[in-house]
Amino acid sequence: MWYLCVFFHRLLEYRKTEFESLAGLFEGRDGAVTLEWRLPEDHHPDSPFHFVNLPSEELARNIANRSILVKGIYELWGEGRNFEELEEAIKSYPDDRKLPYLKPDTTFRITVETFGKAISFHEQNDRLQKLAFVPFKGRVNLRNPGHKFCLMDNDDYGSSNGLPPVVQRRIFFGREIGASDRKILQTYQLKSRKYLGPTAMDAEMAFLMANQAQVKPGKLVYDPFVGTGSILIAAAHFGAMTMGADIDIRVVRDGRGPDCNIWSNFKQYGLPMPLSLLRADNNLPPWRSGLKEVFDAIICDPPYGVRAGGRKSGGRKLLKGVIGPYTVPDDKRSNHIPSTAAYSLVECVHDLLDLAAKMLVMGGRLVYFYPVLREDDSAEPTFPEHPCFELTAKCEQILSYRYSRVLLTMVKVAPYTEDIELAARVKHLDFKENHLKWLEDGNLHSAVFSPSDVKINGSGEKCSSKPKYRGKYV
Amino acid sequence: MRLVTHNMMSSNIKGVANGFPLLIEAAQVVEKEVDFNADFLKNIFARIEWKALVEASKTMGYSELLDNVESSMLDSEEFLRKFHHALLEIHLEEGALVCPETGRKFPITKGIPNMLLHEDECTVFVLTGHDLYHSCGTPGVLKALSIAVY
Ligand SMILES: C[S@@+](CC[C@H](N)C(=O)[O-])C[C@H]1O[C@@H](n2cnc3c(N)ncnc32)[C@H](O)[C@@H]1O
Repeated sequence: MWYLCVFFHRLLEYRKTEFESLAGLFEGRDGAVTLEWRLPEDHHPDSPFHFVNLPSEELARNIANRSILVKGIYELWGEGRNFEELEEAIKSYPDDRKLPYLKPDTTFRITVETFGKAISFHEQNDRLQKLAFVPFKGRVNLRNPGHKFCLMDNDDYGSSNGLPPVVQRRIFFGREIGASDRKILQTYQLKSRKYLGPTAMDAEMAFLMANQAQVKPGKLVYDPFVGTGSILIAAAHFGAMTMGADIDIRVVRDGRGPDCNIWSNFKQYGLPMPLSLLRADNNLPPWRSGLKEVFDAIICDPPYGVRAGGRKSGGRKLLKGVIGPYTVPDDKRSNHIPSTAAYSLVECVHDLLDLAAKMLVMGGRLVYFYPVLREDDSAEPTFPEHPCFELTAKCEQILSYRYSRVLLTMVKVAPYTEDIELAARVKHLDFKENHLKWLEDGNLHSAVFSPSDVKINGSGEKCSSKPKYRGKYV
Repeated sequence: MRLVTHNMMSSNIKGVANGFPLLIEAAQVVEKEVDFNADFLKNIFARIEWKALVEASKTMGYSELLDNVESSMLDSEEFLRKFHHALLEIHLEEGALVCPETGRKFPITKGIPNMLLHEDECTVFVLTGHDLYHSCGTPGVLKALSIAVY
């Protein structure tokens, strides 16, 4: 059956992706799920309104209630260019679909929504009056109704409201099946979190990542660049067991004291503690060699030099070739602080894919951010490939004029073989032996991340006139 | 550190042939209750090196685990409870993990194992002629692994 899906006008590329990933989660399918979508007449593809074909109302409800970007999913009773057309449509919608929800012993509520413009209480009432022909027999209950209805009006209210241009007014009326619980974003907002770091993942994105990873109770989720733990917090909220590692011992162990660290963040929300936190370098992970296929998902924001570049063990001067191999004297060993060397983007991604290929269960998901240069708009960026993985989703979030980050979702579709393991080792050696060359070649142009970058959103507005319609910038 | 973590790690110092299981030096052990999840236990059971778990839990003062187990026991609630307790509820808060070959200690403080290697311990893989031939014989894999972005 076709449902009306209304999205929040945010993170446009993430919307259908999140929806389809949740469809897979509730249908028990690991791989990519592609649903049938249709746009309302005259609507721009970036419009908040879409029609989607789903096998059951239960699935629609599950998706809506779990999602971050779905404002609501509705059974459409009618639509039209004006109220006359709408009335016509609702009247001809089959009675057996309508009457059960209009019965005398039910409670209901009707909300009026206008997209791109706020209207007064008075105007809302006016519009409600236009629905007087619908034979509602139940009692109104605004707080806790049995059935929720929504009247959605959208027009080109003089544009410049940040929404895609509307060619023609369209009014929808439908019964709500489910709606996203954006309250969790408030509960988990970084502002009120105790232990924070400069690169803590914001709550909305962390939850989206967990949805891309199809996190659910009993699953084991790993973040090899755990930082302050924000990604694992979202995973734990959805019931996963979590594990995290970081190369920085102050971040992962000490935090800012006994009541301000990763553990206390989990405690703050009453979430089950991570199964383990450890200090480890993802370039030389501590996992035993026989261990394979143990994580259900790996979700992370790797260190990419924007605000915090990655480090790896092996010695800064040693890898640069400034000094020859040496041995740490025995009496210094226990307090020795190993020096670390810069970790290039390519090597970091190589290690991440190798780890994921080995440690994910079949059908398990790797969800991570990847930075992209936006200098050359014409060229489609290419993304990392790996014989064990299929890329099922890529969602861009534009951060500035010059770079964006793309959330990649990869599903493990083939087992980790000896050949692949060997090839990865050869590559690892190459990175080590040609450390300097890889540092030069293996990072995005350093210019991308130079501080002169001006953000489009927020304070540092650079463009002279505000863009009328911001598309992917939202 | 819970024993599930211990069971997954080894000493990856260069030249060490078998760094698993790491020996446990326990200075402070604490128990913390964890929500019981049978599905999780059933899933992870096949990944666990059982002997290492039995030994480790003994070192930590818990000796209720049987030496020999098989997957049919996963139907027994009593077995699952013990497995759950050993795997997830016993923590090494202070102490060290010790490399069985070199004696190198990986300290554990505030429950966090420090697995970072010193400069001179970082892995050098020894590739034999056969290995190299073998890997060159699968250029597809090599190519696919190199990331084509730049
Ligand atoms: C972008 S931050 C991730 C922040 C995290 N998502 C959070 O919410 O706080 C990257 C993290 O990777 C860590 N890191 C850098 N190099 C690493 C390496 N080689 N292995 C493991 N962690 C590393 C840094 O210490 C930093 O905490």
